[in-house]
Amino acid sequence: MKLPALPLPSALKPPPQRPGEREKTGPAHEVKDAGIAAVDWVDERTSLSGGLRWAMFRKVPKGTNWFYTLGSATLFAFLSQAVTGVFLAMYYDPSATRAYESARHITNDVFLGEFVRGMHKWGSTVMVILIFLHMARVFFFGAYKYPRELNWVIGVALLILTMAMSFTGYLLPFDQRSYWATIVGVNINGTGPLVGPYLSDFLRGGAEFGATTLSRFYAIHMLLIPGLIAALIGAHLYLVAKLGTTAPPWLKSEQTEELHTERV
Amino acid sequence: MAERPREPKSKYTAERDFAGAFEGETVTRRRFMTLTTHGAGLVAVAAFALPALGFAAGSAIFERPPAGWEPIGPTDDFPNDSYVPRVVTEVTGVGEVGKTTVYVRARNAEIDGPPDPEIDTSFVAISTRCMHLGCPVRYVDAAKRFICPCHGGVYDFRGAVAGGPPVRPLDRFYTRVRGGQVEIGPRYSVNSKFDRFPNYRDPGQPLDGIGQYLYPGRLSTPRLNSP
Repeated sequence: MKLPALPLPSALKPPPQRPGEREKTGPAHEVKDAGIAAVDWVDERTSLSGGLRWAMFRKVPKGTNWFYTLGSATLFAFLSQAVTGVFLAMYYDPSATRAYESARHITNDVFLGEFVRGMHKWGSTVMVILIFLHMARVFFFGAYKYPRELNWVIGVALLILTMAMSFTGYLLPFDQRSYWATIVGVNINGTGPLVGPYLSDFLRGGAEFGATTLSRFYAIHMLLIPGLIAALIGAHLYLVAKLGTTAPPWLKSEQTEELHTERV
Repeated sequence: MAERPREPKSKYTAERDFAGAFEGETVTRRRFMTLTTHGAGLVAVAAFALPALGFAAGSAIFERPPAGWEPIGPTDDFPNDSYVPRVVTEVTGVGEVGKTTVYVRARNAEIDGPPDPEIDTSFVAISTRCMHLGCPVRYVDAAKRFICPCHGGVYDFRGAVAGGPPVRPLDRFYTRVRGGQVEIGPRYSVNSKFDRFPNYRDPGQPLDGIGQYLYPGRLSTPRLNSP
């Protein structure tokens, strides 16, 4: 099967074979052929290449600049949080009597523990900052307008979920700051009329901060919300690929000569 | 375009020219199978989703833990013109997290007014949980006031709000005397008239006027059946 040519700039395209030149052989060429054969095998059974090309080789408007990378930067921050979080979970113990000790153990004893925990801690702040920069870019470039309103709504849902991640993750080190911040946060939830008292009971797992509060926050932090965020990021990216990106607002639309003459 | 009056559709599939319709049939077999499959899918989802939801919320919202009494010292330890701090366990099995400080004094008729006839009021035990958002207040004897470090809540000697953001007086604990020892029971809330609310409320929830209805008592708070 012959793959369609990739949209590469002409300088990078392989030169056509000269007449009379022999087919290239040798181990390097065989490895290349084997790779192509493996990719072909998968593609023949999944047609993935079409979808990948649709998602990755998109036309972008004139004037696209570095501000357009803030969404990808946020995605990268999320991936970094996901990876460091999964590995922190290998040493962390979400129990009221041992959580602080296990977090101290990660920082002081485990090889690279302080580094990985630091990445997770500072990465969370970086992610929140990047989200707001990305949101500001979309707002000031008018990229939330028709037909992209739904993607703005999904983005706001992602922002709220990220805030929920920050809230639930803040308890996990289980020091004084974590504990009292969570007490205050849950009590702010409780000030909602009628449902508030039951909502804070649900968050705490009872009327008081107790044995299940920490494991509840841990399960929400590492299982429930990351799954939702990953799913919504998928929808967010699908809509970006489907609708395309917008030109910056300082570029005026160019009128083609034919349209101009026809109107006259 | 003129609206043509439309004939009402017959409910029988045979009269509506469906292929293979039976006499007297109102639902086609295709539609029946579609609904059955969707219904079965709904039942299957509900079969795991509802128990999971109930599991997450049920015991958190509806389970009332037992109320206990904890001795904190002989009656002579507690004066009636100042508070003595004592540490009691509110939640068992979670170590330090389950403990809280209470400020205890003997009842002072000049300050406390007429006693509540339904409960033992010979000792007053005041919670350190600030009624703004739950930070720990401390008692400052020089000022005869409770002061919260977080957002500047101030309470007077009885625990009533003297300044800052708190919405109601400090919570209290039931007390009783057994064998010469003062014992601390479950927590209860009071409004600004010091009316007692056995289903104690979380901080930030006012209990005056409409507040007591906007923030109903919960089913998860330990309380005394017969004080």
